[in-house]
Amino acid sequence: MPETSRPTQMHFFADLDVEILEQVDTVDETAPPASLWHDAWQSLRVRPIFWVSAFLILLVVVVAAVPRLFTSTDPSYCDLMSSYNPPGPGHPFGFDRQGCDIYARTIYGARASVTVGILTTIVVVVLGAVVGALAGFYGKWFDSLLSRITDIFFAIPLVLAAIVVMQVFATHRNVFTVVVVLGVFGWPQIARITRGAVMSVKNADFITAATALGVSRSRNLIRHVMPNAAAPIIVTATVSLGIFIVAEATLSFLGIGLPTTIVSWGADIAKAQTALRSQPSVLFYPAGALALTVLSFIMMGDAVRDALDPKARKR
Amino acid sequence: MAWYIGRRLLQMIPVFLGATLLIYFMVFALAGDPIAALGGERGLNPAVAAQLREHYHLNQPFLVQYLLWLKGLLTFDFGTSFSGRPVRDVMAGAFPVTIQLAFVALFFEAVFGIAVGLVSGLRKGKLFDSTFLIVSLVVIAVPVFVIGFTMQFLVGVKLGWLPPTVGGNVNIRTLLMPGIVLGSVSFAYVLRLTRTSVAENMTADFVRTATAKGLTRRRVVTVHVLRNSLIPVVTFLGADLGGLMGGAIVTEGIFNIPGVGNTLYHAIQQSEAPTVVSMVTVLVMVYIFANLLVDLLYAALDPRIRYA
Repeated sequence: MPETSRPTQMHFFADLDVEILEQVDTVDETAPPASLWHDAWQSLRVRPIFWVSAFLILLVVVVAAVPRLFTSTDPSYCDLMSSYNPPGPGHPFGFDRQGCDIYARTIYGARASVTVGILTTIVVVVLGAVVGALAGFYGKWFDSLLSRITDIFFAIPLVLAAIVVMQVFATHRNVFTVVVVLGVFGWPQIARITRGAVMSVKNADFITAATALGVSRSRNLIRHVMPNAAAPIIVTATVSLGIFIVAEATLSFLGIGLPTTIVSWGADIAKAQTALRSQPSVLFYPAGALALTVLSFIMMGDAVRDALDPKARKR
Repeated sequence: MAWYIGRRLLQMIPVFLGATLLIYFMVFALAGDPIAALGGERGLNPAVAAQLREHYHLNQPFLVQYLLWLKGLLTFDFGTSFSGRPVRDVMAGAFPVTIQLAFVALFFEAVFGIAVGLVSGLRKGKLFDSTFLIVSLVVIAVPVFVIGFTMQFLVGVKLGWLPPTVGGNVNIRTLLMPGIVLGSVSFAYVLRLTRTSVAENMTADFVRTATAKGLTRRRVVTVHVLRNSLIPVVTFLGADLGGLMGGAIVTEGIFNIPGVGNTLYHAIQQSEAPTVVSMVTVLVMVYIFANLLVDLLYAALDPRIRYA
């Protein structure tokens, strides 16, 4: 503690080191800006769960896009002679009741699930984000109107509505009807989340600043509000992609999803129900593939959520 | 508070009208001619068909049909199914079964979900926590019908611990396994919600204050942490009650339970429009009221929340 030279008064000075203070004040101009997304990436890249789920998602997407890379067996070529045959060379998972190669069917089944999952999520995010953003941003009566419409669709259980509508589409059931049905009844959740996120962002100072600078309302919404409200939407969309894959499988299981002409995990699982007693592997592989796919999307959503949440990141 | 409830009840009216109109449209306008299907291969006598159309108001414009049905609904007259049975009787048979099933599921997911979630939250990152975190992820990722018939096969058929199907005798013993299957996914969500919530509250200032006051850990955890952590969980459970009743279709199908899901599924397949419309409407009402109740419970659990 340095003392002053004045004899009459004793002064105590705080222990301030001028040099260090200067260092603290210095801004490293070369460092990248610490945005939310940059921070999130920094915490994501060190988490193994992120890389595991990213790898699984990539794998499933590649399998869905080019199944030929993984098997040369035709999934719809079935020989009753090999019904329930155990695994053999070239047929690692064995055969199902109809004598179809389980491995090939599991590989080719990825396409239906992944297509339905991705397309439905796109439909749901577009519908939900537009409705939610308009309701949250413009507010007042417009919000009341859109919120009530959201409530209406939210109140009808997804699978129930899908069953009713798919029953009507009896003659032309395909990937697109499933996507439309799940999309039309699946968007309210995203709409609610978007509305909440937009409402919490729209009163921020930088939005007021943008308005003061003469940015129009619609441009403000698109360029300034939405990018800052995107985080919860992305997290929810990632998780619900998995949920939609399960919903499609449920519909196919009930026999009103994809027709049997399309190789899909849901339909194969439904067929495996009767075979469970004699050969559990018939159930195990399509169900396992489905579960692993859904799991990877849920884990990815979890990891991204943790990374985007500053509260969870500190710990 | 009364104002808030009043406003919420008023808001329900357009939601109820919109949802029922949507359901009515999906079932009646999209489904084609249900009377023609009644006759089967040979077809109905035109006079009989005309009489039936008259009786079910099928010759009226769509909106008039809907309003007539709504008028009946106000006096609890749900109409008659195309097979001639009053829809009220059909529902009176199915709903008690599904309500029992839903409560078994709710009990299972609430008790086990909160208990496991609490322990996980208190020991975040430990072995117990990691194990159940993986279990919950697997339960969410594996479709409920796979869990359903795997359990049915293992527990019901192979081990013979519980009856594999329900059929006619609906009681707590037969409903136990279906209830667990139905509640399995929600169990995972309750577990995860409780865990996150408990872990977050353990570092909250009020918990530090409670510990500093010299309260026992037991009291801090049960009174201060758990009560505050249960707020999001209660919301989820309430909203889930409606979901469980509507989502029982798959479970009831697997275990052959004569409840709402099974009845509804068969009614949909047989184009029994009056039954479908009324049953779905009741389900939607349950869902809407459950949500209102949850919001009110919110205020009761958390004094910081006030409704004006």
